Amino acid sequence: MDIKRIDEIIEKHDSEESSLIQILLDIQSEHHWLPKEALNRVAEKLQVPLSRIQHIATFYKAFSLVPKGRHEVHVCMGTACHVRGAQRVLDAVQDATGIKPGETDADLKFSLETVNCLGCCALGPVMEVDGKHHGNIAPSQIASVLNNCD
Amino acid sequence: MTRLSSPEKLECARKEIVAKIDPSKPCISVCAGAGCLASGAAEVIAAFKTELEFHGLTTEVNTRGTGCPGFCERGPIVMIYPGEICYLQVKPADVPEIVSHTIKEKKVVERLLYVNPATGEKVTRESEIPFYKNQQRNILSENIRLDSKSIDDYLAIGGYSALSKVLFQMKPEDVMGEIKKSNLRGRGGGGFPAWRKWEESRNAPDPIKYVIVNADEGDPGAFMDRALIEGNPHSILEGLIIGAYAVGAHEGFIYVRQEYPLAVVNINLAIRQAAERGLVGKDILGSGFDFTVKVHMGAGAFVCGESSALMTALEGRAGEPRPKYIHTAVKGVWDHPSVLNNVETWANVPQIINKGADWFTQYGTEGSKGTKIFSLVGKISNTGLVEVPMGVTLREIIEKIGGGIPGGKKFKAVQTGGPSGGCIPEAQLDLVVDFDQLTKAGSMMGSGGMIVMDEDTCMVDIARYFIDFLKDESCGKCTPCREGIRQMLRVLTNITTGKGKEGDIELLEELAESMGAALCALGKSAPNPVLSTIRYFRDEYEAHIRQQRCPALACKEMIAFHIDPAKCKACGTCFKQCPAEAIEGGKKRIHVIDQEKCTKCGTCFDVCPKQFGAVGKISGEPVPPPVPEEKRAL
Ligand SMILES: Cc1cc2nc3c(=O)[nH]c(=O)nc-3n(C[C@H](O)[C@H](O)[C@H](O)COP(=O)(O)O)c2cc1C
Ligand code: FES
Repeated sequence: MDIKRIDEIIEKHDSEESSLIQILLDIQSEHHWLPKEALNRVAEKLQVPLSRIQHIATFYKAFSLVPKGRHEVHVCMGTACHVRGAQRVLDAVQDATGIKPGETDADLKFSLETVNCLGCCALGPVMEVDGKHHGNIAPSQIASVLNNCD
Repeated sequence: MTRLSSPEKLECARKEIVAKIDPSKPCISVCAGAGCLASGAAEVIAAFKTELEFHGLTTEVNTRGTGCPGFCERGPIVMIYPGEICYLQVKPADVPEIVSHTIKEKKVVERLLYVNPATGEKVTRESEIPFYKNQQRNILSENIRLDSKSIDDYLAIGGYSALSKVLFQMKPEDVMGEIKKSNLRGRGGGGFPAWRKWEESRNAPDPIKYVIVNADEGDPGAFMDRALIEGNPHSILEGLIIGAYAVGAHEGFIYVRQEYPLAVVNINLAIRQAAERGLVGKDILGSGFDFTVKVHMGAGAFVCGESSALMTALEGRAGEPRPKYIHTAVKGVWDHPSVLNNVETWANVPQIINKGADWFTQYGTEGSKGTKIFSLVGKISNTGLVEVPMGVTLREIIEKIGGGIPGGKKFKAVQTGGPSGGCIPEAQLDLVVDFDQLTKAGSMMGSGGMIVMDEDTCMVDIARYFIDFLKDESCGKCTPCREGIRQMLRVLTNITTGKGKEGDIELLEELAESMGAALCALGKSAPNPVLSTIRYFRDEYEAHIRQQRCPALACKEMIAFHIDPAKCKACGTCFKQCPAEAIEGGKKRIHVIDQEKCTKCGTCFDVCPKQFGAVGKISGEPVPPPVPEEKRAL
């Protein structure tokens, strides 16, 4: 990630130390993961120890310290989805992608994560691919949704 | 955009907006909440725009994207005014017919109406659909009346009049008095009276104070806060500014989870619009009162919904709770007095100010006043958001509004209060819903998640599910929570995989007791789902432990799939679809599942044609031996 862009993000938040999480979220959302250089730059600019940044980057689930696949697949494991068969959806996604939650495949195509609730509980079970929600999804539909990703 | 520098100017602006509204002009409102968007609402809105253009009706008909009306199950939802015609599950392909029929010829498209399953009757108006009819939608009803991205729409329905009233006709003490009289209790967790926190902060000598909206909504299965902040962001903002005035705060925060991107967009937009109009910022409405507010996105940690953890996160640090010998209302963000309330709590404030505490207290029970929004989800016919006066029974919510359990299944339990709550069984369905009664029943109100479970849900598995959830969410700072949850999970996993032992239930109860020493409510209340399921469904625990049997036929390790040779018609459906190739079959040959190969994915059970119903689940007894090869011919 371009250092200039990181500086821009930091400046957008007035280089304020209290905005540390917001800055990291912006970097994560643009770059899909937090490279070491980015963390170093943020530490330097905000004058906070790298250890604190690492604490935050590992504490919150939104952050990733390793590169992510081109397509981010989130399977909701919230209670409403759980009672409507989320586990079977997850099993089907694992079968289709060959990866487990938290993993990215070797050719960086898919990353798989489980999430707690996407707020579309009425449509459970819910899977989200690159920000698009798929509600009331059946395990048998998973392969075709994922096959549409290039 | 002109700044509104006095209450009179606000009223003038409102009159101008209202004068421009022609009630006879047709308006197409499409729900643009996250639920309906997931069902394709954006495509429907686009289709309406194209279709109206095609007919040259763009200036004669309004279209708008509104907040969530709650009936997410049947989205995308389209409402046509005047007439309040409600169309459900609308697809872009339905749009030409709606425009030519309803807009041009004023006729109703029958096939898109709600059909009452009990009577078979079609219902045209939204308010007559049983799901809505039995609710008291004081707060939610505003969602559908406005475009969530328009401050003008909010002003048109009287928005910011409560703020104006407070700033010019009431002293902070009067506001406090009104809130106290209303006995508004927090909608986000424990039901703590709002005025007590406000007063504590107000009385703290520190001149720097904060007010905060908790829109972290971590309870999985609850989405009312999302619907409110997405659908009617100005009402939350107005409530917050009123609270700030009462408390004497000039800065505020809105903590929204990043999983709700639309909520983040809409609340930020609302703040910008309000600032342009002089409703946020310096010298609000010319009153001399200053208030600024910042949106802070959560980064995915359930514990950050807890007040002290949330405040630590606001400071830009890892959100770990701290002991609360001193309340956060006195020492919160950067050690300044900080009032934190839930989204729905704030949403009630402008209404209480405008309509008065007496209006508010006419709803509810002795100790719990007003209405509460629940998210009714899980195994229930009508899923969605439900707003009812406190004091209705669970049965009314589940049967009258929710329409009962789908698929002819039997109700088993309803889970309230999220990971800190509990499961309430059939025998308690006549329980009155308010803060105190739910706590007495071993559950709690929580933020209002209401997850309905039927006979196919295993209660031990549900307990394991919540503990597993909390295992990932415990921040690990204190031992009772960190270790207690781990040990509980180990025991529960054993029970649900057929490795349970005598004494496990007692061990769980003992662990639960020791977790009372945890630092924050996450750990203290973590045992609730376990204790309440033991209390009401002990027999299910015992069946798992003593008979290696899962009565709900849900725990994968304890069940086997079996094809009944007497029922199998050798149709080949399961044979073809089994992903593990575990089914032996063939033309006119009884199909048999190879138990060694079976991964228990359940596909055969799902796909076996209903009229045959040959695939069954077995638990607690041996699987009958396979039919010998020579006897398989049909
Ligand atoms: C682990 C944990 C998570 C919580 N999550 C939330 C939440 O997501 N939203 C919320 O409003 N309150 C949550 N609470 C409750 C808050 O601590 C706090 O009581 C509440 O926001 C205060 O607002 P209220 O009085 O208006 O309900 C949580 C509490 C705990 C212990
Ligand atoms: S529980 Fe899955 S979206 Fe809420």
